Amino acid sequence: MDAAVFIVSAVVVLSGAVGVLVARNPVHAALFLVQTLFGVAVLFVLLDATFLAAVQVIVYAGAVVILFLFVIMLLGVDRAEDLGIEPIVGQRSVAAIVGASMLGLLLTLLLVGVDGPTGARGANATLGGAEDNTRRLGEALFTDHVFAVELTALLLTVAVVGAVVLARRVRGPLQPLPVAAVAVASDDEEQSEGGPAADQEDAGEGNT
Amino acid sequence: MVVTTSWYLALAAVLFSLGSVGLLTRRNPLVMFMCVELMLNAVNLTFVSLGADLGDLGGQLSVFFVLVVAAAEVVVGLAVIVAIMRRRPGATADDLSVLGG
Repeated sequence: MDAAVFIVSAVVVLSGAVGVLVARNPVHAALFLVQTLFGVAVLFVLLDATFLAAVQVIVYAGAVVILFLFVIMLLGVDRAEDLGIEPIVGQRSVAAIVGASMLGLLLTLLLVGVDGPTGARGANATLGGAEDNTRRLGEALFTDHVFAVELTALLLTVAVVGAVVLARRVRGPLQPLPVAAVAVASDDEEQSEGGPAADQEDAGEGNT
Repeated sequence: MVVTTSWYLALAAVLFSLGSVGLLTRRNPLVMFMCVELMLNAVNLTFVSLGADLGDLGGQLSVFFVLVVAAAEVVVGLAVIVAIMRRRPGATADDLSVLGG
């Protein structure tokens, strides 16, 4: 039973990953990513990590991929990319060699290595079963790792502020800027006064 | 047939390699981001499977923090992509060499 579930979800995960690699359209790539993430969530359930399986679906498949799709739709970059073009000569072959050698190394380490993965068992065996997984995780997070949790809260706040600042559109007359920022400011002015540059015009057509 | 930890680790190795190949070959920055997510998921899978193997909660705790950092990374990265795409629609990763000055 376990083996069947594992094999099915492994096929789902890997076919989704291949789909992300070869999909010409970014929207299709995002949907293949959802497939992979769901497969990984099923594997988490199989490993009794029920809380992480739920978080995987909610945060990854829910929030992160939706964010990807929002950006794709917002920017209108959902045109198919011509995968026939190889921008740097030899890039594909080098990438294939790097990927194959990485896979070879990892699998050699795993399968041919001494007796598979080894390690000391947890001293106090903190991992419970699937039924009290969430309670144990919560207890560990808010007692032993409470400082790290606070730091992640800070990190998320900084990330949100940074995203808002980066994605903000400057409107109206620009304030005078220090010398280092003059080049950026004049570029902004050009855009807000209309008359987009020629390359923007032909690249942006068909998006609206 | 018993599913051992090695099966999960092998699957994660394949997933990680696929993600790295995608990161090296694709030019669309959004798809490159998705490939980074694939690699992060492969690592999460190794954390959880080894945690289950050794009976330790630490693996799942690590995955929790990886998830938070991945979410923050996606938020900031997508904001950078939005800022770049507004200036230069249809930009690929190769066009960002202009940032080198």
